[in-house]
Amino acid sequence: MIPKQEKQAVGQRLLAEFRAAGAVEVAPDILLPAESLLDLYGEDIRARAYVTSDPIRGEMMLRPDFTVPVVQAHMSNGAEPARYCYLGEVFRKQDMGDTRPANPRDNEYLQCGFELFTRDPGADAEVFALFHRALAPLELRAEIGDMGLLLDAVAGLPLTQVRAEALMHHIWRPGRFARLLARFSAPAVARDFPPGTGAWSGLRSDAEMTRRIVRLQADAAVPPLSPIWTERLDRLFSLRAPATEALPALRDLAADMPAIADAVTRIEARLRAIAAQGIDLSQVVFDASHGRDTLEYYDGFTFSFQAGRQGWPPVASGGRYDALTRVLGKGREIPAVGGIVRPGLVAELEGAR
Amino acid sequence: MIRLGVPSKGRLMEQTFDWFAGRGVRLSRSGSDREYAGRVEGVEGVQLVLLSAGEIPRELAAGRIELGVTGTDLVREKLAGWSSDLIELAPMGFGHADLILAVPDCWRDCRDLDDFAAIARDFRAEHGFRLRIATKYHRLVRAWLAAHEVADYQLVDSQGATEGTVANLTAEAIADITSSGETLRANNLRILDEEPILRSQATLFANRAAMGPQIEALAAQLQIALP
Repeated sequence: MIPKQEKQAVGQRLLAEFRAAGAVEVAPDILLPAESLLDLYGEDIRARAYVTSDPIRGEMMLRPDFTVPVVQAHMSNGAEPARYCYLGEVFRKQDMGDTRPANPRDNEYLQCGFELFTRDPGADAEVFALFHRALAPLELRAEIGDMGLLLDAVAGLPLTQVRAEALMHHIWRPGRFARLLARFSAPAVARDFPPGTGAWSGLRSDAEMTRRIVRLQADAAVPPLSPIWTERLDRLFSLRAPATEALPALRDLAADMPAIADAVTRIEARLRAIAAQGIDLSQVVFDASHGRDTLEYYDGFTFSFQAGRQGWPPVASGGRYDALTRVLGKGREIPAVGGIVRPGLVAELEGAR
Repeated sequence: MIRLGVPSKGRLMEQTFDWFAGRGVRLSRSGSDREYAGRVEGVEGVQLVLLSAGEIPRELAAGRIELGVTGTDLVREKLAGWSSDLIELAPMGFGHADLILAVPDCWRDCRDLDDFAAIARDFRAEHGFRLRIATKYHRLVRAWLAAHEVADYQLVDSQGATEGTVANLTAEAIADITSSGETLRANNLRILDEEPILRSQATLFANRAAMGPQIEALAAQLQIALP
């Protein structure tokens, strides 16, 4: 067991590196109003975050991550561009299933993070290189992806807007996404909508239902998606290779899927900027589906640094979350990218050396 | 001494008494109807503890009773990692109830969970908040919906009269235990065309740490094949 002070010390060291990179240190509250977190993450957050109640302030949550409070603080009074860093505990509970895990995960641990709010297109490479430098001695496996690439690919499928939007909505839920795609790839079946027996009940209105029925009836006339497209989409989603090899593969895919051409150009520029920071791209894994199983708020570049130990979460992770600033900004928005390191894991790796 | 926890009132208590009587063990309440003490005849070394059915999972897990009769729904909802602490000795064949998700019957476009997921997404866009499901089975419902990758909903707590929440506009759907479905129909609700979230019945549970010769002997007398 690594003592907490040692983990703190590692956190302070990382924090100093982030400060040296121009970040202003911020210290968000530990008790956060539950409402905006619940609205953002949905019910799943209740299974993971500690919820408590305050007689005056209502339902509160023990900070499950820093991104939301940092974005909220920036959106209400930050100037741009802005770089922030922070160090502190986050709290996560584990709602186990039928059996209690033999080694329950830590329910409180440190996060040291860096968030960058800027319209500068070089921001992705800046953040990734900063994390890469800070973690370089640990020889972790760096993985990157781009959710924007996947979203563009889906938006570019020859689908009706209704179908494309449904697919994009569920891109973070692979099972539901696959079911929808399978349904759109098969001949549509006309449904009948038997009349109900009882009176109308509930807040959802008859008009809302009628709109959906009209939509479904129109959808029944839509021809199925050609298998060529699901095959291309599969090829894209399963692309995983060193970044140097992934790039030519992406260019090949873009020849078949023109909708991803812009995203591939963006990725190419980003990789060039990363290489310009002295990082060997052959040692960076590009995984097209990276970020699909993480939180819903990443919508562009994503990255993680893995120690490859069984049962370990990434030692560091992050990405771009432009849409989150739109949701929390109440009318304002600003491109944003950032990430966190888990100093506790860094301390363990350093202790084992 | 084996302490046996049994629901302290109602049909569940009577059916539990019948189940044991059918296996040669006579359980009864001693004294008046108001007194929560019990008698055990036909077997040695067993003490009857009458408890609220909802408290039996907790008492079992804490080891304050060695055996207990309660619904599988209550055990799975109230005890995270239940099978690390408890063993299911015997399903008892009564107290059948399914935990189900039900929507207003007037939703002609909602047949299954795929429809439900799509409606939840529309609802959130239309109303600016997540579709509300009223329930008291928070953990079971959340885990089931997560496993089926349903998003765009929220749970609202309802400890009773859950079927009324939709008409009262405090929820759009409900997740609750039903046996005949009659209350649902009376409230213009319809069960989604899916396997239930959980099929529950009254079950004899044992505390895992309490397993030993005493419980084995009792199980043999009750004609239970131990797992």
